[in-house]
Amino acid sequence: MVEPVLRVQGLRKRFGGLAATDDVSLEVRPGELHALIGPNGAGKTTLIGQLTGEITPDAGQVVFCGEDITRLSVAARVKRGLARSFQIVQLLDDDTAEANVALAVQARAGHSFRFWRAAGRDAALLEPARALLEQVGLARHDTRVADLSHGERKLLELAMALAARPILLLLDEPMAGLGAAESLAMTETLRALKGSVAILLIEHDMEAVFALADRITVLVYGRAIATGTAEEIRANPAVQDAYLAEESSP
Amino acid sequence: MRNALPLAVLLAGAIALPWAAEALGQPATIGLATRILCLGIAAASLNLILGHGGMVSFGHALYYGLGAYTVGILWEHFRLGEPIFGVIPGSNELLVTLPIAMLVAGVAAAVIGALSLRTSGVQFIMITLAFAQMGFFLFVGLKAYGGDDGLLVRRRNLVPGLDLRQPDQLYWLCLGFLVAWLFLQWRIVGSRFGRVLEGIRQNERRMAAIGIATYRYKLAGFVIAGMGCGLAGALTANELRFVSPDLMAWQKSGEIMVMVILGGVGTLLGPVVGAAALVGMEYVLGGITENWQFFLGPILLAVVLWAPGGIMGLLGRGARRG
Repeated sequence: MVEPVLRVQGLRKRFGGLAATDDVSLEVRPGELHALIGPNGAGKTTLIGQLTGEITPDAGQVVFCGEDITRLSVAARVKRGLARSFQIVQLLDDDTAEANVALAVQARAGHSFRFWRAAGRDAALLEPARALLEQVGLARHDTRVADLSHGERKLLELAMALAARPILLLLDEPMAGLGAAESLAMTETLRALKGSVAILLIEHDMEAVFALADRITVLVYGRAIATGTAEEIRANPAVQDAYLAEESSP
Repeated sequence: MRNALPLAVLLAGAIALPWAAEALGQPATIGLATRILCLGIAAASLNLILGHGGMVSFGHALYYGLGAYTVGILWEHFRLGEPIFGVIPGSNELLVTLPIAMLVAGVAAAVIGALSLRTSGVQFIMITLAFAQMGFFLFVGLKAYGGDDGLLVRRRNLVPGLDLRQPDQLYWLCLGFLVAWLFLQWRIVGSRFGRVLEGIRQNERRMAAIGIATYRYKLAGFVIAGMGCGLAGALTANELRFVSPDLMAWQKSGEIMVMVILGGVGTLLGPVVGAAALVGMEYVLGGITENWQFFLGPILLAVVLWAPGGIMGLLGRGARRG
């Protein structure tokens, strides 16, 4: 069997009386697009926080490419190839789209203890940045982030994560707040990415999830109640009870 | 460069100032202007971490005071002919005292930064203030160096080829250091390191998410700023020919911060303009009333409320309109 890119084992996190993550185990295989779904309050954000390093779990292990990264910092995980996008966009609002991605390229290119040469015109940073913006389909390179539309910022989030040349991409609701046409465009962008990088996709947009995912894990009240292909998940009675019925009912 | 002409005019004016002061029969202005230059370096250095890095250090005067005391203590031991701790000889050579002052301030900033940068927000403001107050009371208690009476530096440091007893020569020297420091900082702000600092100010969480270990970059910025302020303090000690704990009191930290905000946070010349404005106001208002700070308050309030970009912001707005 191939070594999974990400192996989560028995992860637990409590906030007071609430078990936000309750003995969660899951695996993401190389090149796989693995979706994580669950109703609001299922603990998706807490789980993502533990995978990226912003939240320390109470128990359990996060193993990335065979290495235990449970205690590593956020930055150290990114350096190893675990990059993420944010549900609520986290960008440098005063800078242009291009400058944002150029900074992410710079972060990958090694340390930034370089005090003299101007970074703003450095082709070694700008050219990869432009290529990434084209890859995600964001045309307005020189526009300040504050002046970009919500949809464009979501694309920029994706470009920032890709700049790290990740082995595993954690996408936290990339469709959230997008219009129907933008959602479709994002779905196509992700489909084009599929295979070249392993993706863990947290998403509310069921259409997108069922269209894209190789496998799906369903999270309810902090527990992973099922993992399987789209068909298996659709047919799973426990999932229907806990989640799909609630979503589809008016 | 778009701003090259106004900058050149400004620099020419600054170089010509001592001659103008002599011609107008106001030689005392030269000393005042020298103090502005020194405080300009101090404020610019704070601006590096406050304006570009988003680190609101409320203890920046500590490095100013340490730089000044380095010159004072080295002079004292030179005068007495007794080495410090019996090993380090005193000195009155500027080319020796200045680098040592920057080193002392930089080491202090490295230690204090390493501890205080583990916090952020209000905690960071308070912990930097607390460290500065520790320094203040340490020097108040150091009776060997005058305690709270301070220490006289009877003669200014020596520089080959210059006579710093002449106020205009000291002025030009300080102007040279200010220009050099601003140039250095301009390069730093535009460099990869500067981009990281700027990113940390805007969104530290994002910086971590692209793989930047933010702590070490903040610490490096903190140390550079501390060294710049140490340089400013060492020059100030030469101008005043006197050092005292007041140079590192929290009021001085506040003044330096006010200069940055008044002139324009995150701008190259703003802190220097702010230093000139504050010292100028102190001079003018102080000539009218002893309670000049009473009038300073409303002016600051007006700047914060109606000109968040400070004086540089106002100038920029005027230039765009005109």
